[in-house]
Amino acid sequence: MIRRGWFPALITVALAGALLFLTLPVAAVFLETSPAALADSLSDPVAQEALWLSLKTTTIALAIIVLAGTPAAYLLATRRFRGRSAIVTLIELPLVLPPAVAGIALLAAVGPAGLLGQSIEDAGVELALATAGVVVALTFVASPFYIRQAEAAFGALDQAWLDASRTSGASEARTFLRIAVPAATPGLLAGGALALGRALGEFGATLIFAGSFQGITQTVPLAIYDRFATDFDGALALSAVLVVVSAAILLAVKLVRGPDGLGVAAR
Amino acid sequence: MMSRGVSVGVLLTAALAAGCGANGGSSGEAAAKPALVVSAAASLTEALTSCSSQFDQATVRLSFAGSDELAAQIRQGVEPDVYAAANTKLPEALNQERLVLEPRVFASNDLVVAVPADSEIRSVDQLTRPGPTVVLGSESVPIGSYTREVLARLGDRQGAAVLANVRSNEPDVKGVVGKLTQGAADAGFVYASDVDATGGRLRAVRLPERLQPTVAYGVAVVDGAPQPDAARAYVEDLISGRCARALEQAEFGPPPG
Repeated sequence: MIRRGWFPALITVALAGALLFLTLPVAAVFLETSPAALADSLSDPVAQEALWLSLKTTTIALAIIVLAGTPAAYLLATRRFRGRSAIVTLIELPLVLPPAVAGIALLAAVGPAGLLGQSIEDAGVELALATAGVVVALTFVASPFYIRQAEAAFGALDQAWLDASRTSGASEARTFLRIAVPAATPGLLAGGALALGRALGEFGATLIFAGSFQGITQTVPLAIYDRFATDFDGALALSAVLVVVSAAILLAVKLVRGPDGLGVAAR
Repeated sequence: MMSRGVSVGVLLTAALAAGCGANGGSSGEAAAKPALVVSAAASLTEALTSCSSQFDQATVRLSFAGSDELAAQIRQGVEPDVYAAANTKLPEALNQERLVLEPRVFASNDLVVAVPADSEIRSVDQLTRPGPTVVLGSESVPIGSYTREVLARLGDRQGAAVLANVRSNEPDVKGVVGKLTQGAADAGFVYASDVDATGGRLRAVRLPERLQPTVAYGVAVVDGAPQPDAARAYVEDLISGRCARALEQAEFGPPPG
């Protein structure tokens, strides 16, 4: 029984408003397209190449993020040192950086005319307007999502327990691999899913830094933008695919972590 | 149900327009004068930004993007007051669909190959050899379709050779310019006025007469424009007023014909 009064009414209306506002656009993606049009648009080679490229680049970016981010997050979670919170803040910065800023910043840093542009070119690596550039953009915008979550997951582990492993003769590396990583796995998976979701939706940084070319740099969000002017139905169909994939990622996290899956783990 | 679906689309595209559009227009005078919303082709950015701040009848709010994207927004129910495109095809199509009033031609432009100022590229033929990286506008945006006209006139083999060097299809002409000024590509097809706007960072390689397409800019008052009078006055200004002079200074040509 809900008690009467203006406040309960207000919060109910607020929730109803929020729910409607957040779900209506997503529902419209499906209401405005038909299954036939969807299948038709997805059999288009341009759409298929975009989906394949998105899959490829997000997978590579996620692998890089997990391989480098896991040990980095472990260090941040298990050590207390001067400047630690400054480092955490710097790592988190791309979380709140507008994607267009990320794109410009990447051009300024590792673009052909950027700070390290000449050295990168000398090393024979091509980033701008190349698939590798897409991976760089995705890694840049998505890695803080993983590192933050992984740090929280490692931080939530019982430090005494980790200490016990070390004092019983296990090396630091062995403690990390055999004790800490398995125990933190649910949190690491949630972080990976968040990073994957962010990478999959990346648009601005990719367009500015890597450009847009079918099969090379045109990921699904760029393909959506490219066709929204001329083929709105096709853009809707690709959007529907991204909605489904994103929802699947969210659901997977919830299954691994429980209903509060996306929250930063309690510490 | 359907009307709800459409209004959702309107909300979304309006949000998109607000998010993407670079807004000119000064905010200080907003209270005194009505706001006139002008959706304009990206290639008009510099010229219209400079002249619109002095428009007497309204505070002009400019929203620049690819002409095709602006047209798509109008088709999804977004109602600016004026639509200015880098071709005549899109305003005419919108007029046929009764979304804008009778379009008028207000300027022309030349297509050129833009290269960094220190580039050794001197002719379009050099782009048919393997080596130089090229950036184009995407097929749906006017700069992209003009470019494909040029490539078609080059002949099948030559055109295909240029396409083989393409590394990016940008959503509007400013994307092409950006990739060139950042050194990410060696050459790109843009309008002569875009090169002028880079202040010497890029150099224009002229196309031979036989390759040059007719680039005409069309403008129309949007049907149901919130400020129809100011919108008509703005169109007149583009054709023969302060904005016409700003376009001339920015290397645009008079309407063709």
